[in-house]
Amino acid sequence: MTISSDRLVKAGAVTDTVADNPLPRRRRRGRGRNIVEVTLLTVVAAAMLFPVLWILETSIKENRDVYAVPAKFFDFKVTFAHYKDVFFASDGGASDVSRSFLNSILVAGGSTVLATLFGVPAAWAYSRFPLRAKKDQLFFILSTRFMPPVVIVIPVFLMYRELGLINTHIGLILVYAAFNVSFTIWMMKGFVDEVPAEYEEAAMLDGYTRLQAFRRFTLPLLVPGIAATAVFALIFSWNEFVFAIFLTTSQDVRTAPPAIAGLIGGTTVDWGLVAACAVVFAIPVLVFAFLVRKHLVAGVTLGAVRR
Amino acid sequence: MSSTTTPPAQASAPPPAPGRTTRLGDRKLAVTFISPALLLLLFMSIFPLLWALYLSFTDYSVTRDKPAKFVGLQNYVDILTSSQVHQRTLTTLAYVVGAVLLQTVLGFGIAYLISRRRRGQGVLTTLFLVPMMLSPVVVGLFWKFMFDAQFGVVNSMLGSLGLEPVEWLTRMPNALISLIVVDTWQWTPFIMLIALAGLTAVPNYLYEAASIDRASEWFRFRHITFPLVWPLLLIAVMFRAIEAFRLFDLVYILTNGGPGVSTETLSFHVYKVAFLGFNTGTASAYGILMVLVVLVMAQFYLRYLTKLKEK
Repeated sequence: MTISSDRLVKAGAVTDTVADNPLPRRRRRGRGRNIVEVTLLTVVAAAMLFPVLWILETSIKENRDVYAVPAKFFDFKVTFAHYKDVFFASDGGASDVSRSFLNSILVAGGSTVLATLFGVPAAWAYSRFPLRAKKDQLFFILSTRFMPPVVIVIPVFLMYRELGLINTHIGLILVYAAFNVSFTIWMMKGFVDEVPAEYEEAAMLDGYTRLQAFRRFTLPLLVPGIAATAVFALIFSWNEFVFAIFLTTSQDVRTAPPAIAGLIGGTTVDWGLVAACAVVFAIPVLVFAFLVRKHLVAGVTLGAVRR
Repeated sequence: MSSTTTPPAQASAPPPAPGRTTRLGDRKLAVTFISPALLLLLFMSIFPLLWALYLSFTDYSVTRDKPAKFVGLQNYVDILTSSQVHQRTLTTLAYVVGAVLLQTVLGFGIAYLISRRRRGQGVLTTLFLVPMMLSPVVVGLFWKFMFDAQFGVVNSMLGSLGLEPVEWLTRMPNALISLIVVDTWQWTPFIMLIALAGLTAVPNYLYEAASIDRASEWFRFRHITFPLVWPLLLIAVMFRAIEAFRLFDLVYILTNGGPGVSTETLSFHVYKVAFLGFNTGTASAYGILMVLVVLVMAQFYLRYLTKLKEK
């Protein structure tokens, strides 16, 4: 994680020297407190994880057990029928949800590539060069990321209607790329700031141009940062719902979040299927999030807070 | 804003000859590198916003074929004096304050507890982060299922404790509380993560000095831990407040604004005016006002951030 563990051990040791006071009463109180703290943490962890476990469980229950009252926690029959339904329609072809997963991969991947291609060079330029009104430009970039999607989607909808971009992959890719490019610039600027500008200056003294110095010396050092940033952009596009639901209507283009949300539209809801879809949808996100866990603080604050 | 400061791209500019690095070369390079990103933002954010600004002064509606008629500030007057909008503002305020406050207290508390653990930190933080990375759609669906009045697991657990079932999402105050609970479940880890980053960065010599002085635990918390973590925590709080203010998906999935209009936030109301009422002009004015609020909040966010970086 973002915590330097050796430092913590030291901090713990300091606490302990205080607790290991010669006074026995104080020591006993320290141990009691320890138990209380561990119990509290366990309760909180259980509360945090219960919904996730419950959905996992629901996704492998038979319908009869899904709607059982009182709820069945352990004694149910395991079935993977819901997972089969996620991918295959009843006639054996690909289901609508599985198609929406493919759309999601295309849209999330496309917008991430675009945002990275546009964002990384911009971040480098903002980090290296004195520019007019740089602070204002960066604030402008940040503020576009904070715009309420519901507000932006109204004019974007009208614009797309004129341009014929409603119900197209490219339309969604452009919207997500714009949201992600502002994130990429902020996040990557932090990474570029950490690479000393002297490297490039030294390379330029050796006869390289500024551009060559960037490509040969700085860019390789930025690769881990670019990967982490791209993963966050990917997660954002993958999870996005508002633009997806208003800018696409056809099953052929629709991404997974609106497709999954559409499952609860009817009069009867197949919660087993919803749960299985949610699990399939969430697994890649969790895997990716685990890969970038070192950068989570920076990632979730648009690269603003980094430790 | 400052978008005018960048001259158009001169993409065809040849790279300067090796060894000759003039400031002009740097300038061209900077412009070439920044323009594509700014153009994308202009096209996807600024242009739509300007269009919305124009529409906000008209009575335009997507469903009518009539050309838009200029109505001056009428839309803004309507929005600012509408009792419906006032009610939504109160709902949004209750939601933002309730959710962010709860998350901050819980998140900081958990971070404090974790920071005192010597073992299991990595596992604990990783587990806590799961809710935060999930899509609001998935989270909304999870909880809609668990909050179901008939077969929901929450009521089932209440029942086994001998308590009456509760209509979580279909009764007046409950629905808003449920919304706050779900948001808190998802975003407490966020505050926790940032608070933990702050807590672990507190230099040890301060604690050592305090323990030499035999300072009480409360004193150490009050005068060492808290002041050092607070600036970081404030950034997390501002960030969450902006996010909560523009929340839409969770409301849409979980309650759809109901029962009645009791969980309609401003974002949700804009959606109804624009896409169900088709009053595009009014909705645009509404949206512009919301953007102004976000801009003010983002200013504050950035100010705290700059302060933190200067330290």
